[in-house]
Amino acid sequence: MTDIPNKTPTTGVQGSNSALRNAKRRQRAERRFRFYGFAGVVFALGCLAILLTSLTARGVTAITHSKIQLEILFDETVIDPNGTRDEDEMSRADYQGLVKSALRELFPDANSRRDKKALYKLVSSQAGLSLRDMVLQDPSIIGEKRAIWLIAGDDVDVFRKQTSANTGSLKKKQVSWVRDLEAEGLIENQFNSQFFLSGDSREPEMAGILGAVMGSFLTLLVCFVASFPVGVLAAVYLEEFAPKNKISHIIEVNINNLAAVPSIVFGLLGLALLLNVFGLPRSAPVVGGLVLALMTLPTIIIATRAALKAVPPSIREAAYGLGASPMQVTFHHVVPLSMPGILTGSIIGMSQALGETAPLLLIGMVAFIVDIPTSFVDPATTLPVQIFIWADSPERGFMEKTAAAILVLLAFLLCMNLLAVILRKKFERKY
Amino acid sequence: MKDITMTENLSAADPVVADAPIKIRAEKVNVHYSDKQALFDVSVDLLEKQVTSLIGPSGCGKSTFLRCLNRMNDVVEGCRVSGGLHINGLDINAPSTDVVELRRRVGMVFQKPNPFPKSIYDNVAYGIRIHKLATNKADIDQMVEESLKRVGLFDEVADRLQSPGTGLSGGQQQRLCIARAIAVQPEVLLMDEPCSALDPIATARIEGLIDELRNNYTIVIVTHSMQQAARVSNYTAFFHLGVIEEFGETDQVFTNPTEERTRAYITGRFG
Amino acid sequence: MYVTLKSAARTNGERMILGILIVCSLVAVLTTAGIVFSLLFETLQFFQTVPFFDFIFGLHWSPQTAIREDQVGASGSFGVIPLLVGTGLISLIAMLIAGPVGLLSAIYLAEYASGRARAVIKPLLEILAGIPTVVYGFFAALTVGPIFRNGGDAIGLSVSSESALAAGLVMGVMIIPIVSSLSDDVISAVPRSLREGSLGLGSTKSEMVKQVVLPAAIPGIVGSLLLGTSRAIGETMIVVMASGLAANLTANPLQSVTTITVQIVTLLTGDQEFDSPKTLSAFALGMLLFTITLCLNVIALRVVHKFREKYD
Repeated sequence: MTDIPNKTPTTGVQGSNSALRNAKRRQRAERRFRFYGFAGVVFALGCLAILLTSLTARGVTAITHSKIQLEILFDETVIDPNGTRDEDEMSRADYQGLVKSALRELFPDANSRRDKKALYKLVSSQAGLSLRDMVLQDPSIIGEKRAIWLIAGDDVDVFRKQTSANTGSLKKKQVSWVRDLEAEGLIENQFNSQFFLSGDSREPEMAGILGAVMGSFLTLLVCFVASFPVGVLAAVYLEEFAPKNKISHIIEVNINNLAAVPSIVFGLLGLALLLNVFGLPRSAPVVGGLVLALMTLPTIIIATRAALKAVPPSIREAAYGLGASPMQVTFHHVVPLSMPGILTGSIIGMSQALGETAPLLLIGMVAFIVDIPTSFVDPATTLPVQIFIWADSPERGFMEKTAAAILVLLAFLLCMNLLAVILRKKFERKY
Repeated sequence: MKDITMTENLSAADPVVADAPIKIRAEKVNVHYSDKQALFDVSVDLLEKQVTSLIGPSGCGKSTFLRCLNRMNDVVEGCRVSGGLHINGLDINAPSTDVVELRRRVGMVFQKPNPFPKSIYDNVAYGIRIHKLATNKADIDQMVEESLKRVGLFDEVADRLQSPGTGLSGGQQQRLCIARAIAVQPEVLLMDEPCSALDPIATARIEGLIDELRNNYTIVIVTHSMQQAARVSNYTAFFHLGVIEEFGETDQVFTNPTEERTRAYITGRFG
Repeated sequence: MYVTLKSAARTNGERMILGILIVCSLVAVLTTAGIVFSLLFETLQFFQTVPFFDFIFGLHWSPQTAIREDQVGASGSFGVIPLLVGTGLISLIAMLIAGPVGLLSAIYLAEYASGRARAVIKPLLEILAGIPTVVYGFFAALTVGPIFRNGGDAIGLSVSSESALAAGLVMGVMIIPIVSSLSDDVISAVPRSLREGSLGLGSTKSEMVKQVVLPAAIPGIVGSLLLGTSRAIGETMIVVMASGLAANLTANPLQSVTTITVQIVTLLTGDQEFDSPKTLSAFALGMLLFTITLCLNVIALRVVHKFREKYD
């Protein structure tokens, strides 16, 4: 439509040539603008992709770890010199010595003190513990010689997993020993059950996330039990019963502000109140759970209110019309109908709580805890705090474990959010 | 009796139109919204510098047809337009047509007044600026003043041109929207029930305005009020269920309609 | 027809339930009160040892050395300015990333993306918001920090491995969804009639967005930026893991700085006696942080609220 002359020219109107240029300029501006918006999306999603691939690359190797097969002689003179088969005595024996003997047998050329030290580093310094557990479980193996797979030292594991030609912190002699073991099939990558079944440890090769996972579970349980009923009931009151006056307005503003308070402030509150005034045990899931509950409360209240609001007035009116009291209308009709929305919001709140770290640092859940917690008052740590602790460690072996723990955490979060989405889709009602 | 595509026959005996060429020609226009069809083979010729009103019961497709004329249906997701639509002989749906320029030449006034949250001046100047119809302030000032005078708003707002357009009364806002539309020098003016949100006095003013504007623009107006159509338009098209049942001179359509359904609608038996 | 009186049992039971409901909703108020009072209490105790003005205007933060010889029982200098500057620097870098990227993404999602693209992209952006901050911290410390340091070495700049740039960049990525999501909502809330008015005059889409939609949405967008900033200031894990511990009064993003939140964590983890000025200073910092973020949040929520009133 470019050739139609302008029928009513007035002063200042441009001729058709510059109008054409102007039109082209505007089209270019349009395309540029759209591109900028698209570039923004690409940048954000690109960062997400980089983050996830980097974590996966670092962490996925943790699913296996190196194990060395040694011929262990369950020497009675070491394990049970008095022949009493007394459990206490047997558990104090030098099982690591058995490991060292087996290593010396395999590599007799290691003679100097330094060489022997290097040799012993091939196997985890805690490997003796698994031998001890075997003996205590079945003392009849004393005196036998068996081929046992033992966890390799973390330096060996790191060395075998890396792709570059770097020897890492292994000495040349250690590298040649590892190569010999490989040639004879005495060192293998096996499934790393240690990671999933044991608690934290000073040695990277022995460290596992079970303690942290249990800690997270207990803490979240406390958080849920404390925040869900209180949050839902508070929301029910504010939405259904509270008179619309200044006080309820203040409460509402309060809740909205609380939702945006930095999480570390809740940690300070927990420290000042729960630990110092109420004297609750430090590092316990009970305290962590209560602090997280205070943080999650606003989220649950806001989500519940939205779900309650979505129930149409016609349902309430029908119930009133039948003579139901306000309590009955609320609890027999409105709340059940808004349950899917409430649960979805709560699950999302819980998943936010699962990933929280800062407040838990302040209430002491950052200690080094080896035992798996079994009650709400045992000292514990949570998965994100465990990640934080490991990330600080200088040993290279921990880097892989940290990334792997992150992947486990993300997997949990993914499951929770998928559950929330599925719930929402399944029970979505269009009124 | 009258073949609706042979509008040339109107010119001879018609006191309204001396020798009006066809401004807009629609040929077998079909519009689908997702899987629902809204217009079925609509064909009509609208004449230059005439006021044509589109009447009919709710949901009969008149607004849909109006929005085809400036391709506002493009912004509705899932809307498909097929058939021939020509303005001044050029196909407006052709890929080579610049829709942005089309919308300058075919202006639109909406049902509910929608001034921008800017000053009265900036509302009118917006179109002038983006189409670069004038670049220096003095020229823009003059064009803004002219537009506001044409709609009879200038005297009322001359002392507060910088105040927000949203601060005006309903009738004034609608006149502002009309001023904004004519400031970009369109050839056609589309009006989608422009008075339905206004009180009777404001309505009367706008109808008077339409009468004056007719001398310079081809106007197509969708209206629910038959009285308004009878007062304001030269030609009338009666839409029913996505089809034009009847088209002709307003006088004739209202006093002596050819179709039975037209007669029924006009006499109020339905719609 | 007669109406029986309500059974006493039911009304009493219901009154009790109502009481429980009221108590529950007071918990939220009590939480805020608890925060304010516990922080205030410890902070006032702190100001008995360290003067208020030394704290607010002091240029030296080193909880181990005394400012003046005559400081009684004190064991450090507690000037908060370096912390404010460090916090501000990292937050600024974060918002320089999150602001434009978030806003542009929101514009694209609201105006240009097809329904299907939007349904895919929006949840993906939400994932960015759902990743725990400790994960971002790990990434910043182990991947981004070294990249900047090595890159700096390559071009002859001295870049700390705990640079404000690395921490700020990663924090910015974390905040993108906050800005994007809220901006998307406010842009979509601008009424259709305004958009049609602009398009009807023959504007291009970008002209409509830049000259009609965005000006109308400005209050909401400003609100989203304020909320993003508040989030940046209060963020802990990313900075604890990726930025330094030494207070450094500088505006150079290539150097390492420390923030208020890092200091709170450092002061309170590890052995501490509860009443030493060191520990109390953590609470004073907490009070400062709470006040700053509260102000930002209140302003942001009010601005967004006003905007919603205009269009709903």
